[in-house]
Amino acid sequence: MSVPLLELDQATIRFGGLTAVSELSLSVREGELVGLIGPNGAGKTTAFNMITGVYQPTSGTIRFEGRCTRGVKPSKLADLGIARTFQNIRLFRSLSVIDNIRVAARLHNPQGYFGALWRGKGWKQCEAETEKHALELLEIFNLARFRGEEATSLPYGDQRRLEIVRALATRPKLLLLDEPAAGMNPSEKDDLMRLIHFIKERYNLAVLLVEHDMKVVMGICQRIAVLEYGRKIAEGTPKEIQCHPKVIEAYLGAAAV
Amino acid sequence: MPFPGAKRWLFIGIVLAVAVSYFAPQFNRYYLGVWTDVGIAIILATSLNLINGYTGQFSLGHAGFMAVGGYFSAWLSLKVGAGIAEAFWFFPLTLIAGGLFAAVVGFLVGVPSLRLRGDYLAIVTLGFGEIIRVIAQNTQAVGAASGLKGIPKLTTLGWSFGLAAVTIYAVTTLVHSTYGRGFIAVCDDEIAAESNGVNTTRTKVTAFVTGAFFAGIAGGLYAHHKQFLSPVGFGWLKSIDIVVMVILGGALGELIEGSLRMFCGRVPLKGLWATLGIVSSAVLLTWLPELLREFAEYRMIVYALLIILLMLLSPAWLFSAISLRRERRSS
Repeated sequence: MSVPLLELDQATIRFGGLTAVSELSLSVREGELVGLIGPNGAGKTTAFNMITGVYQPTSGTIRFEGRCTRGVKPSKLADLGIARTFQNIRLFRSLSVIDNIRVAARLHNPQGYFGALWRGKGWKQCEAETEKHALELLEIFNLARFRGEEATSLPYGDQRRLEIVRALATRPKLLLLDEPAAGMNPSEKDDLMRLIHFIKERYNLAVLLVEHDMKVVMGICQRIAVLEYGRKIAEGTPKEIQCHPKVIEAYLGAAAV
Repeated sequence: MPFPGAKRWLFIGIVLAVAVSYFAPQFNRYYLGVWTDVGIAIILATSLNLINGYTGQFSLGHAGFMAVGGYFSAWLSLKVGAGIAEAFWFFPLTLIAGGLFAAVVGFLVGVPSLRLRGDYLAIVTLGFGEIIRVIAQNTQAVGAASGLKGIPKLTTLGWSFGLAAVTIYAVTTLVHSTYGRGFIAVCDDEIAAESNGVNTTRTKVTAFVTGAFFAGIAGGLYAHHKQFLSPVGFGWLKSIDIVVMVILGGALGELIEGSLRMFCGRVPLKGLWATLGIVSSAVLLTWLPELLREFAEYRMIVYALLIILLMLLSPAWLFSAISLRRERRSS
Protein backbone atom coordinates (compact mmCIF):
# COMPACT_ATOMS: atom_id res chain seq x y z
CA MET A 1 0.00 0.00 0.00
CA SER A 2 1.28 3.45 -0.81
CA VAL A 3 2.39 5.95 1.80
CA PRO A 4 -0.50 7.99 3.19
CA LEU A 5 -0.51 11.70 2.35
CA LEU A 6 -0.63 12.70 5.99
CA GLU A 7 0.36 10.48 8.84
CA LEU A 8 0.33 11.27 12.54
CA ASP A 9 2.25 8.75 14.58
CA GLN A 10 1.72 8.95 18.35
CA ALA A 11 1.72 12.74 18.11
CA THR A 12 1.58 14.32 21.56
CA ILE A 13 1.65 17.93 22.64
CA ARG A 14 1.84 19.27 26.17
CA PHE A 15 1.42 22.82 27.36
CA GLY A 16 2.93 22.82 30.84
CA GLY A 17 0.97 20.20 32.76
CA LEU A 18 -1.82 19.97 30.22
CA THR A 19 -1.65 17.30 27.57
CA ALA A 20 -3.74 18.81 24.80
CA VAL A 21 -3.28 15.98 22.33
CA SER A 22 -2.09 12.58 23.48
CA GLU A 23 -0.58 9.90 21.27
CA LEU A 24 -2.76 10.67 18.32
CA SER A 25 -2.29 8.37 15.37
CA LEU A 26 -4.21 9.18 12.26
CA SER A 27 -3.67 8.96 8.55
CA VAL A 28 -5.26 10.63 5.58
CA ARG A 29 -4.83 9.19 2.11
CA GLU A 30 -4.94 11.01 -1.18
CA GLY A 31 -8.44 12.05 -2.16
CA GLU A 32 -9.88 10.99 1.18
CA LEU A 33 -12.32 13.02 3.26
CA VAL A 34 -11.73 12.43 6.95
CA GLY A 35 -13.68 13.98 9.79
CA LEU A 36 -12.24 14.87 13.19
CA ILE A 37 -14.87 15.33 15.86
CA GLY A 38 -15.03 15.60 19.61
CA PRO A 39 -16.45 17.74 22.40
CA ASN A 40 -15.18 21.28 22.96
CA GLY A 41 -11.59 21.33 24.17
CA ALA A 42 -10.87 17.83 22.90
CA GLY A 43 -7.81 19.05 21.00
CA LYS A 44 -9.09 19.18 17.45
CA THR A 45 -7.79 22.64 16.62
CA THR A 46 -4.54 21.87 18.46
CA ALA A 47 -4.15 18.84 16.21
CA PHE A 48 -4.63 21.16 13.22
CA ASN A 49 -2.01 23.51 14.58
CA MET A 50 0.43 20.63 14.93
CA ILE A 51 -0.22 19.43 11.39
CA THR A 52 0.27 22.90 9.94
CA GLY A 53 3.44 23.54 11.93
CA VAL A 54 2.09 26.30 14.19
CA TYR A 55 2.92 24.05 17.17
CA GLN A 56 5.61 21.41 17.33
CA PRO A 57 4.55 18.08 18.83
CA THR A 58 6.23 17.34 22.17
CA SER A 59 6.74 13.76 21.07
CA GLY A 60 5.72 11.57 18.18
CA THR A 61 6.03 12.39 14.51
CA ILE A 62 3.92 13.86 11.75
CA ARG A 63 4.74 12.92 8.20
CA PHE A 64 3.49 14.58 5.05
CA GLU A 65 4.06 12.58 1.89
CA GLY A 66 6.35 10.37 3.92
CA ARG A 67 8.55 13.25 5.14
CA CYS A 68 8.77 14.27 8.77
CA THR A 69 7.50 17.82 9.24
CA ARG A 70 9.26 18.56 12.52
CA GLY A 71 10.76 22.04 12.49
CA VAL A 72 9.28 22.97 9.13
CA LYS A 73 7.72 26.45 9.09
CA PRO A 74 3.98 26.74 8.38
CA SER A 75 4.72 28.77 5.23
CA LYS A 76 6.95 25.97 3.95
CA LEU A 77 4.25 23.41 4.72
CA ALA A 78 1.78 25.54 2.78
CA ASP A 79 4.23 25.42 -0.10
CA LEU A 80 4.47 21.64 0.21
CA GLY A 81 0.70 21.38 -0.05
CA ILE A 82 -1.04 21.79 3.30
CA ALA A 83 -3.67 24.54 3.36
CA ARG A 84 -6.11 25.39 6.10
CA THR A 85 -8.97 27.59 7.16
CA PHE A 86 -9.57 28.91 10.64
CA GLN A 87 -12.28 28.43 13.21
CA ASN A 88 -12.64 32.18 13.63
CA ILE A 89 -12.25 33.60 10.15
CA ARG A 90 -8.83 35.14 9.53
CA LEU A 91 -9.03 37.15 6.33
CA PHE A 92 -6.63 40.00 5.57
CA ARG A 93 -8.86 42.87 6.55
CA SER A 94 -7.12 45.73 4.76
CA LEU A 95 -6.87 43.82 1.49
CA SER A 96 -9.55 43.46 -1.14
CA VAL A 97 -11.17 40.12 -1.91
CA ILE A 98 -8.96 39.48 -4.93
CA ASP A 99 -5.84 40.57 -3.06
CA ASN A 100 -6.60 38.04 -0.34
CA ILE A 101 -6.40 35.41 -3.07
CA ARG A 102 -3.27 36.99 -4.55
CA VAL A 103 -1.43 36.67 -1.24
CA ALA A 104 -2.06 32.94 -1.29
CA ALA A 105 -1.25 32.72 -5.02
CA ARG A 106 2.11 34.32 -4.28
CA LEU A 107 3.52 30.80 -3.84
CA HIS A 108 3.03 30.17 -7.54
CA ASN A 109 4.18 33.54 -8.77
CA PRO A 110 7.91 33.22 -9.46
CA GLN A 111 8.47 36.99 -9.33
CA GLY A 112 10.14 38.16 -6.16
CA TYR A 113 11.50 41.36 -4.70
CA PHE A 114 13.57 42.58 -7.62
CA GLY A 115 11.01 41.46 -10.16
CA ALA A 116 8.44 43.65 -8.40
CA LEU A 117 10.86 46.59 -8.36
CA TRP A 118 11.93 46.30 -11.96
CA ARG A 119 8.46 45.57 -13.40
CA GLY A 120 9.80 44.01 -16.57
CA LYS A 121 7.96 41.97 -19.18
CA GLY A 122 8.23 38.74 -17.22
CA TRP A 123 6.82 40.39 -14.14
CA LYS A 124 3.84 41.80 -16.04
CA GLN A 125 3.12 38.40 -17.51
CA CYS A 126 3.27 36.69 -14.11
CA GLU A 127 1.07 39.37 -12.52
CA ALA A 128 -1.49 38.97 -15.28
CA GLU A 129 -1.47 35.20 -14.83
CA THR A 130 -1.87 35.45 -11.07
CA GLU A 131 -4.74 37.86 -11.48
CA LYS A 132 -6.42 35.66 -14.08
CA HIS A 133 -6.05 32.60 -11.91
CA ALA A 134 -7.43 34.46 -8.86
CA LEU A 135 -10.41 35.70 -10.86
CA GLU A 136 -11.13 32.22 -12.17
CA LEU A 137 -11.16 30.90 -8.64
CA LEU A 138 -13.47 33.69 -7.50
CA GLU A 139 -15.78 33.03 -10.42
CA ILE A 140 -16.04 29.33 -9.66
CA PHE A 141 -17.20 30.20 -6.16
CA ASN A 142 -19.42 33.05 -7.22
CA LEU A 143 -17.35 35.66 -5.43
CA ALA A 144 -16.08 37.55 -8.47
CA ARG A 145 -18.64 40.31 -8.04
CA PHE A 146 -17.00 41.22 -4.72
CA ARG A 147 -13.47 41.28 -6.10
CA GLY A 148 -12.62 44.91 -5.31
CA GLU A 149 -14.38 45.06 -1.95
CA GLU A 150 -12.71 44.82 1.40
CA ALA A 151 -12.66 41.18 2.41
CA THR A 152 -14.21 41.77 5.82
CA SER A 153 -17.13 43.73 4.38
CA LEU A 154 -18.52 40.52 2.86
CA PRO A 155 -21.51 38.67 4.38
CA TYR A 156 -20.46 36.07 6.93
CA GLY A 157 -21.09 33.00 4.78
CA ASP A 158 -19.16 34.52 1.88
CA GLN A 159 -16.23 35.30 4.18
CA ARG A 160 -16.11 31.64 5.15
CA ARG A 161 -16.17 30.63 1.50
CA LEU A 162 -13.53 33.23 0.62
CA GLU A 163 -11.26 31.70 3.23
CA ILE A 164 -11.68 28.31 1.58
CA VAL A 165 -10.98 29.83 -1.85
CA ARG A 166 -7.87 31.52 -0.45
CA ALA A 167 -6.67 28.17 0.88
CA LEU A 168 -7.28 26.64 -2.56
CA ALA A 169 -5.18 29.35 -4.21
CA THR A 170 -2.08 27.83 -2.59
CA ARG A 171 -2.90 24.73 -4.71
CA PRO A 172 -2.88 22.29 -1.81
CA LYS A 173 -2.89 18.52 -1.74
CA LEU A 174 -4.42 18.45 1.72
CA LEU A 175 -7.02 20.91 2.92
CA LEU A 176 -7.77 21.30 6.61
CA LEU A 177 -11.15 22.86 7.35
CA ASP A 178 -11.70 24.05 10.91
CA GLU A 179 -15.43 24.20 11.62
CA PRO A 180 -16.45 25.58 8.23
CA ALA A 181 -20.16 25.28 9.07
CA ALA A 182 -19.98 27.30 12.29
CA GLY A 183 -22.63 29.99 12.39
CA MET A 184 -24.35 28.83 9.21
CA ASN A 185 -28.06 28.12 8.81
CA PRO A 186 -29.29 24.73 7.54
CA SER A 187 -29.53 25.73 3.89
CA GLU A 188 -26.07 27.31 3.97
CA LYS A 189 -24.80 24.10 5.53
CA ASP A 190 -26.23 22.09 2.64
CA ASP A 191 -24.49 24.43 0.21
CA LEU A 192 -21.26 24.04 2.13
CA MET A 193 -21.47 20.23 1.99
CA ARG A 194 -21.91 20.43 -1.76
CA LEU A 195 -19.03 22.88 -1.98
CA ILE A 196 -16.64 20.68 -0.01
CA HIS A 197 -17.59 17.71 -2.13
CA PHE A 198 -17.12 19.76 -5.29
CA ILE A 199 -13.66 21.08 -4.45
CA LYS A 200 -12.51 17.68 -3.31
CA GLU A 201 -13.47 16.14 -6.65
CA ARG A 202 -12.37 19.05 -8.81
CA TYR A 203 -8.95 19.57 -7.27
CA ASN A 204 -8.42 15.96 -6.23
CA LEU A 205 -7.83 16.99 -2.63
CA ALA A 206 -7.60 15.15 0.60
CA VAL A 207 -9.70 16.92 3.21
CA LEU A 208 -9.48 16.79 6.97
CA LEU A 209 -12.56 18.33 8.50
CA VAL A 210 -13.17 19.48 12.04
CA GLU A 211 -16.86 20.06 12.56
CA HIS A 212 -19.45 20.04 15.29
CA ASP A 213 -22.43 19.69 13.03
CA MET A 214 -23.13 15.96 12.91
CA LYS A 215 -25.29 16.21 9.82
CA VAL A 216 -22.40 17.72 7.88
CA VAL A 217 -19.79 15.31 9.22
CA MET A 218 -21.87 12.17 8.81
CA GLY A 219 -23.05 13.34 5.40
CA ILE A 220 -19.74 13.80 3.65
CA CYS A 221 -16.92 12.07 5.55
CA GLN A 222 -15.65 8.70 4.46
CA ARG A 223 -13.96 8.11 7.78
CA ILE A 224 -14.27 9.79 11.16
CA ALA A 225 -11.92 9.98 14.12
CA VAL A 226 -13.26 10.97 17.53
CA LEU A 227 -11.18 12.84 20.10
CA GLU A 228 -11.91 13.24 23.77
CA TYR A 229 -9.53 14.94 26.21
CA GLY A 230 -6.81 14.78 23.55
CA ARG A 231 -7.12 11.04 22.99
CA LYS A 232 -8.55 9.27 20.02
CA ILE A 233 -11.37 7.14 21.37
CA ALA A 234 -12.75 5.80 18.12
CA GLU A 235 -12.21 5.74 14.39
CA GLY A 236 -14.34 4.30 11.64
CA THR A 237 -17.00 4.90 9.04
CA PRO A 238 -19.86 7.26 9.92
CA LYS A 239 -22.10 4.23 10.56
CA GLU A 240 -19.61 2.65 12.95
CA ILE A 241 -19.09 5.91 14.79
CA GLN A 242 -22.80 6.54 15.26
CA CYS A 243 -23.26 3.36 17.26
CA HIS A 244 -19.85 3.28 18.95
CA PRO A 245 -20.50 3.05 22.72
CA LYS A 246 -17.53 5.27 23.69
CA VAL A 247 -18.63 7.99 21.29
CA ILE A 248 -22.16 7.96 22.59
CA GLU A 249 -20.77 8.19 26.11
CA ALA A 250 -18.56 11.15 25.24
CA TYR A 251 -21.30 13.02 23.46
CA LEU A 252 -24.44 12.05 25.34
CA GLY A 253 -23.17 11.03 28.75
CA ALA A 254 -22.81 7.58 30.29
CA ALA A 255 -26.49 7.17 31.15
CA ALA A 256 -27.49 6.96 27.52
CA VAL A 257 -25.45 3.83 26.86
CA MET B 1 -1.90 45.09 -13.48
CA PRO B 2 -1.59 46.59 -10.02
CA PHE B 3 -0.68 50.28 -10.00
CA PRO B 4 0.07 50.68 -13.73
CA GLY B 5 2.41 53.33 -15.09
CA ALA B 6 4.71 53.35 -12.06
CA LYS B 7 7.80 53.73 -14.23
CA ARG B 8 6.23 56.70 -16.00
CA TRP B 9 5.64 58.39 -12.64
CA LEU B 10 9.24 57.74 -11.66
CA PHE B 11 10.44 59.20 -14.94
CA ILE B 12 8.31 62.32 -14.45
CA GLY B 13 9.60 62.65 -10.89
CA ILE B 14 13.25 62.46 -11.91
CA VAL B 15 12.77 64.86 -14.84
CA LEU B 16 11.10 67.33 -12.47
CA ALA B 17 13.94 66.94 -9.97
CA VAL B 18 16.55 67.59 -12.65
CA ALA B 19 14.60 70.60 -13.92
CA VAL B 20 14.28 72.03 -10.42
CA SER B 21 17.96 71.44 -9.87
CA TYR B 22 18.77 73.28 -13.11
CA PHE B 23 16.87 76.40 -12.06
CA ALA B 24 17.93 76.12 -8.43
CA PRO B 25 20.78 78.68 -8.43
CA GLN B 26 18.24 81.44 -9.08
CA PHE B 27 16.44 80.80 -5.81
CA ASN B 28 17.13 81.96 -2.30
CA ARG B 29 19.69 79.68 -0.70
CA TYR B 30 17.75 79.34 2.52
CA TYR B 31 14.65 78.07 0.73
CA LEU B 32 16.77 75.70 -1.31
CA GLY B 33 18.22 74.31 1.88
CA VAL B 34 14.84 73.71 3.48
CA TRP B 35 13.45 72.10 0.34
CA THR B 36 16.46 69.78 0.27
CA ASP B 37 15.53 68.88 3.85
CA VAL B 38 12.02 68.17 2.61
CA GLY B 39 13.33 65.68 0.03
CA ILE B 40 15.35 63.92 2.73
CA ALA B 41 12.30 63.86 5.01
CA ILE B 42 10.24 62.29 2.22
CA ILE B 43 12.82 59.51 1.83
CA LEU B 44 12.83 58.88 5.59
CA ALA B 45 9.06 58.90 5.99
CA THR B 46 8.37 56.78 2.90
CA SER B 47 10.89 54.14 3.89
CA LEU B 48 9.69 54.02 7.50
CA ASN B 49 6.14 53.72 6.20
CA LEU B 50 7.09 50.40 4.59
CA ILE B 51 8.11 49.07 8.01
CA ASN B 52 5.63 50.78 10.34
CA GLY B 53 2.70 51.31 8.03
CA TYR B 54 2.51 48.51 5.50
CA THR B 55 4.22 45.72 7.42
CA GLY B 56 2.96 46.88 10.82
CA GLN B 57 6.27 46.50 12.67
CA PHE B 58 6.60 49.45 14.99
CA SER B 59 10.22 50.57 14.65
CA LEU B 60 11.66 53.51 16.55
CA GLY B 61 15.19 53.16 15.22
CA HIS B 62 15.02 54.94 11.89
CA ALA B 63 17.33 57.75 12.96
CA GLY B 64 19.87 55.06 13.84
CA PHE B 65 19.92 53.74 10.28
CA MET B 66 20.09 57.28 9.00
CA ALA B 67 23.13 57.86 11.22
CA VAL B 68 24.81 54.65 10.05
CA GLY B 69 24.38 55.57 6.38
CA GLY B 70 25.25 59.23 6.96
CA TYR B 71 28.42 58.60 8.92
CA PHE B 72 29.60 55.89 6.57
CA SER B 73 29.16 57.87 3.36
CA ALA B 74 30.59 61.05 4.94
CA TRP B 75 33.60 59.09 6.19
CA LEU B 76 34.10 57.71 2.67
CA SER B 77 33.97 61.19 1.14
CA LEU B 78 36.50 62.50 3.62
CA LYS B 79 38.74 59.47 3.22
CA VAL B 80 39.07 59.64 -0.57
CA GLY B 81 39.91 63.34 -0.46
CA ALA B 82 38.65 66.28 -2.43
CA GLY B 83 39.97 65.18 -5.83
CA ILE B 84 37.86 62.07 -6.20
CA ALA B 85 34.97 63.28 -4.05
CA GLU B 86 34.28 66.02 -6.56
CA ALA B 87 33.90 63.56 -9.44
CA PHE B 88 30.31 63.30 -10.56
CA TRP B 89 30.19 59.50 -10.27
CA PHE B 90 31.47 59.46 -6.73
CA PHE B 91 28.46 60.89 -4.91
CA PRO B 92 25.90 58.26 -5.99
CA LEU B 93 28.42 55.56 -5.10
CA THR B 94 29.03 56.92 -1.62
CA LEU B 95 25.27 57.23 -1.08
CA ILE B 96 24.69 53.65 -2.18
CA ALA B 97 27.57 52.51 0.01
CA GLY B 98 25.95 54.26 2.99
CA GLY B 99 22.60 52.72 2.13
CA LEU B 100 24.05 49.23 1.80
CA PHE B 101 25.93 49.56 5.06
CA ALA B 102 22.73 50.65 6.81
CA ALA B 103 20.93 47.71 5.16
CA VAL B 104 23.50 45.25 6.52
CA VAL B 105 23.11 46.76 10.00
CA GLY B 106 19.32 46.58 9.49
CA PHE B 107 19.65 42.89 8.71
CA LEU B 108 21.76 42.22 11.79
CA VAL B 109 19.33 44.13 14.03
CA GLY B 110 16.23 42.83 12.29
CA VAL B 111 16.84 39.10 12.33
CA PRO B 112 16.80 38.72 16.12
CA SER B 113 14.50 41.62 17.01
CA LEU B 114 11.70 41.04 14.51
CA ARG B 115 10.71 37.95 16.49
CA LEU B 116 9.39 40.39 19.04
CA ARG B 117 6.01 41.98 18.70
CA GLY B 118 4.58 45.44 19.13
CA ASP B 119 5.91 47.27 22.15
CA TYR B 120 8.94 45.01 22.54
CA LEU B 121 10.11 45.65 19.01
CA ALA B 122 9.65 49.40 19.58
CA ILE B 123 11.84 49.25 22.69
CA VAL B 124 14.56 47.18 21.03
CA THR B 125 14.75 49.46 17.99
CA LEU B 126 14.75 52.51 20.27
CA GLY B 127 17.68 50.98 22.12
CA PHE B 128 19.43 50.25 18.84
CA GLY B 129 19.17 53.91 17.81
CA GLU B 130 20.69 54.99 21.10
CA ILE B 131 23.52 52.45 20.74
CA ILE B 132 24.39 53.87 17.32
CA ARG B 133 24.39 57.38 18.76
CA VAL B 134 26.65 56.38 21.65
CA ILE B 135 29.01 54.56 19.30
CA ALA B 136 29.25 57.64 17.09
CA GLN B 137 29.83 59.78 20.16
CA ASN B 138 32.82 57.67 21.19
CA THR B 139 34.47 56.88 17.88
CA GLN B 140 37.41 59.17 17.13
CA ALA B 141 37.42 58.23 13.44
CA VAL B 142 34.08 59.99 12.96
CA GLY B 143 34.82 62.95 15.19
CA ALA B 144 33.35 61.56 18.44
CA ALA B 145 31.28 64.06 20.45
CA SER B 146 32.48 67.12 18.58
CA GLY B 147 31.11 65.74 15.31
CA LEU B 148 32.35 65.13 11.80
CA LYS B 149 33.28 68.39 10.08
CA GLY B 150 34.18 69.50 6.58
CA ILE B 151 32.09 67.04 4.61
CA PRO B 152 32.02 68.18 0.96
CA LYS B 153 28.82 69.86 -0.18
CA LEU B 154 27.57 67.38 -2.74
CA THR B 155 23.85 67.20 -2.03
CA THR B 156 21.75 69.37 -4.29
CA LEU B 157 18.02 69.85 -4.50
CA GLY B 158 18.00 67.62 -7.57
CA TRP B 159 19.65 64.71 -5.75
CA SER B 160 17.33 65.07 -2.82
CA PHE B 161 14.13 65.21 -4.91
CA GLY B 162 15.34 62.64 -7.42
CA LEU B 163 16.12 60.10 -4.71
CA ALA B 164 12.84 60.90 -2.99
CA ALA B 165 11.13 59.94 -6.27
CA VAL B 166 13.16 56.72 -6.41
CA THR B 167 12.20 55.85 -2.82
CA ILE B 168 8.52 56.48 -3.48
CA TYR B 169 8.76 54.39 -6.64
CA ALA B 170 10.45 51.50 -4.83
CA VAL B 171 8.04 51.38 -1.90
CA THR B 172 4.94 51.86 -4.05
CA THR B 173 5.83 49.26 -6.67
CA LEU B 174 6.85 46.78 -3.99
CA VAL B 175 3.61 47.16 -2.07
CA HIS B 176 1.45 47.08 -5.19
CA SER B 177 2.80 43.79 -6.48
CA THR B 178 1.60 40.30 -5.70
CA TYR B 179 4.91 39.77 -3.94
CA GLY B 180 4.46 42.90 -1.83
CA ARG B 181 0.88 42.12 -0.80
CA GLY B 182 2.76 39.85 1.59
CA PHE B 183 3.84 42.90 3.63
CA ILE B 184 0.24 43.93 4.19
CA ALA B 185 -0.82 40.34 4.86
CA VAL B 186 1.79 40.14 7.63
CA CYS B 187 0.48 43.39 9.09
CA ASP B 188 -3.12 42.14 9.07
CA ASP B 189 -2.69 38.63 10.40
CA GLU B 190 0.63 36.86 10.84
CA ILE B 191 -0.87 33.43 11.46
CA ALA B 192 -3.08 33.58 8.39
CA ALA B 193 -0.21 34.94 6.29
CA GLU B 194 2.10 32.16 7.41
CA SER B 195 -0.47 29.43 6.73
CA ASN B 196 -1.00 30.83 3.23
CA GLY B 197 2.64 30.49 2.36
CA VAL B 198 4.00 33.90 3.36
CA ASN B 199 7.26 33.47 5.26
CA THR B 200 6.53 36.13 7.87
CA THR B 201 10.05 36.39 9.30
CA ARG B 202 11.58 36.83 5.89
CA THR B 203 8.92 39.37 4.90
CA LYS B 204 9.48 41.45 8.03
CA VAL B 205 13.25 41.37 7.65
CA THR B 206 12.90 42.34 3.97
CA ALA B 207 10.78 45.36 4.89
CA PHE B 208 13.22 46.29 7.65
CA VAL B 209 16.29 46.00 5.44
CA THR B 210 14.66 47.96 2.61
CA GLY B 211 13.65 50.69 5.04
CA ALA B 212 17.15 50.77 6.52
CA PHE B 213 18.70 51.02 3.05
CA PHE B 214 16.73 54.13 2.16
CA ALA B 215 17.25 55.63 5.61
CA GLY B 216 21.00 55.16 4.99
CA ILE B 217 20.69 56.97 1.67
CA ALA B 218 18.81 59.78 3.39
CA GLY B 219 21.61 59.93 5.95
CA GLY B 220 24.18 60.27 3.17
CA LEU B 221 22.21 63.10 1.59
CA TYR B 222 21.86 64.77 4.97
CA ALA B 223 25.60 64.51 5.68
CA HIS B 224 26.58 66.07 2.34
CA HIS B 225 23.89 68.70 2.75
CA LYS B 226 24.67 69.98 6.25
CA GLN B 227 28.41 69.26 5.80
CA PHE B 228 28.51 68.45 9.50
CA LEU B 229 27.36 65.40 11.46
CA SER B 230 26.86 65.39 15.19
CA PRO B 231 25.69 62.38 17.24
CA VAL B 232 23.17 64.63 19.00
CA GLY B 233 21.24 65.03 15.75
CA PHE B 234 20.50 61.30 15.59
CA GLY B 235 18.92 60.79 18.99
CA TRP B 236 15.58 59.15 19.58
CA LEU B 237 13.80 62.48 19.07
CA LYS B 238 14.78 62.30 15.40
CA SER B 239 13.18 58.84 15.17
CA ILE B 240 10.04 60.21 16.79
CA ASP B 241 10.00 63.02 14.22
CA ILE B 242 9.92 60.44 11.41
CA VAL B 243 7.26 58.34 13.14
CA VAL B 244 5.05 61.41 13.51
CA MET B 245 5.52 62.11 9.81
CA VAL B 246 4.35 58.60 8.98
CA ILE B 247 1.32 58.82 11.27
CA LEU B 248 0.29 62.23 10.01
CA GLY B 249 0.97 61.11 6.43
CA GLY B 250 -1.26 58.07 6.85
CA ALA B 251 -4.03 60.26 8.24
CA LEU B 252 -3.68 62.78 5.41
CA GLY B 253 -3.76 59.99 2.84
CA GLU B 254 -6.94 58.63 4.36
CA LEU B 255 -8.36 62.11 4.42
CA ILE B 256 -7.73 62.56 0.70
CA GLU B 257 -9.12 59.13 -0.19
CA GLY B 258 -12.13 59.67 2.04
CA SER B 259 -12.89 63.06 0.46
CA LEU B 260 -12.60 61.55 -3.01
CA ARG B 261 -14.95 58.73 -2.10
CA MET B 262 -17.38 61.21 -0.63
CA PHE B 263 -17.37 63.74 -3.46
CA CYS B 264 -16.56 61.58 -6.51
CA GLY B 265 -18.19 58.40 -5.30
CA ARG B 266 -15.07 56.40 -6.06
CA VAL B 267 -11.32 56.61 -5.58
CA PRO B 268 -9.40 57.09 -8.83
CA LEU B 269 -5.68 56.24 -8.96
CA LYS B 270 -5.87 54.16 -5.83
CA GLY B 271 -2.54 53.86 -4.08
CA LEU B 272 -1.36 57.30 -5.14
CA TRP B 273 -3.07 59.13 -2.30
CA ALA B 274 -1.30 57.31 0.49
CA THR B 275 1.96 58.47 -1.10
CA LEU B 276 0.66 62.00 -1.48
CA GLY B 277 -0.29 61.94 2.21
CA ILE B 278 3.25 61.02 3.22
CA VAL B 279 4.74 63.65 0.93
CA SER B 280 2.49 66.42 2.23
CA SER B 281 3.19 65.45 5.81
CA ALA B 282 6.95 65.56 5.12
CA VAL B 283 6.57 69.01 3.57
CA LEU B 284 4.39 70.22 6.42
CA LEU B 285 6.50 68.89 9.26
CA THR B 286 9.74 70.16 7.71
CA TRP B 287 8.46 73.65 7.03
CA LEU B 288 6.49 74.15 10.24
CA PRO B 289 9.51 74.19 12.57
CA GLU B 290 11.24 76.53 10.11
CA LEU B 291 8.35 78.95 10.06
CA LEU B 292 7.89 78.76 13.81
CA ARG B 293 11.57 79.13 14.61
CA GLU B 294 10.92 81.02 17.87
CA PHE B 295 8.77 78.19 19.15
CA ALA B 296 11.05 75.37 17.96
CA GLU B 297 11.48 74.18 21.53
CA TYR B 298 7.76 73.53 21.78
CA ARG B 299 7.79 71.24 18.76
CA MET B 300 7.47 68.09 20.84
CA ILE B 301 4.43 69.44 22.65
CA VAL B 302 2.81 70.20 19.31
CA TYR B 303 3.69 66.70 18.07
CA ALA B 304 2.25 65.06 21.14
CA LEU B 305 -0.97 67.02 20.80
CA LEU B 306 -1.06 66.26 17.09
CA ILE B 307 -0.76 62.52 17.69
CA ILE B 308 -3.42 62.56 20.40
CA LEU B 309 -5.75 64.50 18.12
CA LEU B 310 -5.08 62.20 15.17
CA MET B 311 -5.77 59.14 17.32
CA LEU B 312 -8.99 60.61 18.69
CA LEU B 313 -10.24 62.21 15.50
CA SER B 314 -9.02 59.77 12.89
CA PRO B 315 -10.19 60.55 9.34
CA ALA B 316 -12.25 57.37 9.35
CA TRP B 317 -14.14 58.74 12.33
CA LEU B 318 -14.52 62.11 10.64
CA PHE B 319 -16.05 60.62 7.53
CA SER B 320 -18.40 58.33 9.37
CA ALA B 321 -19.56 61.36 11.36
CA ILE B 322 -20.15 63.40 8.21
CA SER B 323 -22.03 60.65 6.41
CA LEU B 324 -24.09 60.03 9.54
CA ARG B 325 -25.11 63.68 9.62
CA ARG B 326 -25.99 63.53 5.94
CA GLU B 327 -28.17 60.49 6.48
CA ARG B 328 -29.94 62.20 9.34
CA ARG B 329 -30.54 65.27 7.26
CA SER B 330 -31.96 63.31 4.38
CA SER B 331 -34.29 61.26 6.57
